[in-house]
Amino acid sequence: MIFLSNSLISPGVGTIFWSTAIFLLFFFILAKFAWKPILNMIKQREETIKNSLDAAAQAREEVVKLKGDNEEILRKAKEEREIMLKEARDIRDKMMAEARDKASIEAEKLISKAKNDIELEKTKALSEIKDQVATLSVAIASKLIGEQLSKGAEQQKLIDKYLKDINVN
Amino acid sequence: MKKFIISGLIFSFSLAFAVCPLAAQGGHESTNHETESEKFNASEFIIEHITDSHEWHILTKANGESVAIHLPIILYSKEKGLDIFSSKQLAHGRIHDGYMLVEEGDLSGKIVFVNESGEINEEKLPLDLSITKTVVGMLFAAIVGAILFISLARSYKKTGVSAPKGIQGILEPVVLFIRDDIARPNIGEDKYERYMPYLLSVFFFILINNLFGLIPAPPPFGANVTGNIALTGVLALCTFVITQFSGNKAYWRHTFATPGVPFWLLPIMIPVELIGLITKPFALMIRLFANITAGHIIVLSLICLIFIMESFAIVPVSVLFVIFMDCVELLVAFLQAYIFTLLSSLFIGLAMPEEHH
Repeated sequence: MIFLSNSLISPGVGTIFWSTAIFLLFFFILAKFAWKPILNMIKQREETIKNSLDAAAQAREEVVKLKGDNEEILRKAKEEREIMLKEARDIRDKMMAEARDKASIEAEKLISKAKNDIELEKTKALSEIKDQVATLSVAIASKLIGEQLSKGAEQQKLIDKYLKDINVN
Repeated sequence: MKKFIISGLIFSFSLAFAVCPLAAQGGHESTNHETESEKFNASEFIIEHITDSHEWHILTKANGESVAIHLPIILYSKEKGLDIFSSKQLAHGRIHDGYMLVEEGDLSGKIVFVNESGEINEEKLPLDLSITKTVVGMLFAAIVGAILFISLARSYKKTGVSAPKGIQGILEPVVLFIRDDIARPNIGEDKYERYMPYLLSVFFFILINNLFGLIPAPPPFGANVTGNIALTGVLALCTFVITQFSGNKAYWRHTFATPGVPFWLLPIMIPVELIGLITKPFALMIRLFANITAGHIIVLSLICLIFIMESFAIVPVSVLFVIFMDCVELLVAFLQAYIFTLLSSLFIGLAMPEEHH
């Protein structure tokens, strides 16, 4: 029966009055001087933290991006170097081959020219020798014919003498 | 949900505990009257502690003299105007200036007019705006709360947006809890900010009063403030008023012309809906009042056991149980403040359904 006790469950007018007054005063004072600044500051702080975190994440992303860029650049540079080296090698090989070809052509040319010259000189020399032999033969023959006509012994002497002359000459 | 279950368990547990000593004590009461009036009356003792009073009783000496703080009595009536005097003038049934404090019967605890021949005027009572025990306790809690949170606000001005420091470390998580776990999900992301000051005020007002009510002494502490139906009623009324004022079109349409209900059913449905509106704050009022009063009753009953049994052997048992109950009550103090705030925000949120529903 304790719960039905009159004073316990019947609200007093005075208590209602003071409860209302005290609670509303408590509410309005705190709303103005406490909750507003507290909630504002908490919100501000949360925003600051959020912004900082966002900025950090962005910075991290940028770093990652930069790293990727760097790697890309490095990779490209390497590729380029490879290409350049390959080109250089090709050019060198080409040049060497060309030089080799050129040299061999030149050499062949020289050799054929020399051969031609030799041939030419040989024919020239041969024709000169032929001329000389003919002249000598004619001279010797004329001499021989001249002595024979006079004397045999004398003829022999004469031949020796001429031969001597030729030798001296 | 888990919290509701826990609170339900605690409430039923508290009720069970509350009823046992009372049932046992009911038998004693009858015998008490038959034998000696001097014998300890637990029922009176408990009722005296949990109800409002014009004086703050501290102790009764062996010679029957009581030590109490006499609180001011403020009375108003058309005939006699405003009267302010100490409750000492009315102690022990004395008559002062035509007023008397009734100690027994239906008007127990009320101040009445008395004529020269000593007859009580039962028809007309003066308006009693006295500073009672409850009012003192409430005022003290409100002042402590105000100082606490204004100094907290000051400390925020000092620390700015840097990490919380000192007192902020204790109170900020609670404030954030109310904001992020009570207001935001129940009221809605875009509207909750308007209601934060009220929810925070109601939460901490209830919490501080609950906690101060658990401290048995000295006088500004230990009043059964949140176990006073007038206070819980006022708080529930505040929630009710705020809920109705934040009600949007959809809410009122749902109340007075529930969609999908045939026209001829509306005469039945409208009263049902209106009753629904009132039961919500009514439940808030009763829940807080019953929980806190029950807690006080259990603790007091356990202490009364010592005096009922009149034995020292019961002292350790009683003390152990009181300590246990105080721990439970500590939890209940937080839980009830939480539930009141949660349900308030839930009701406010329900008054603002999405328009497209």
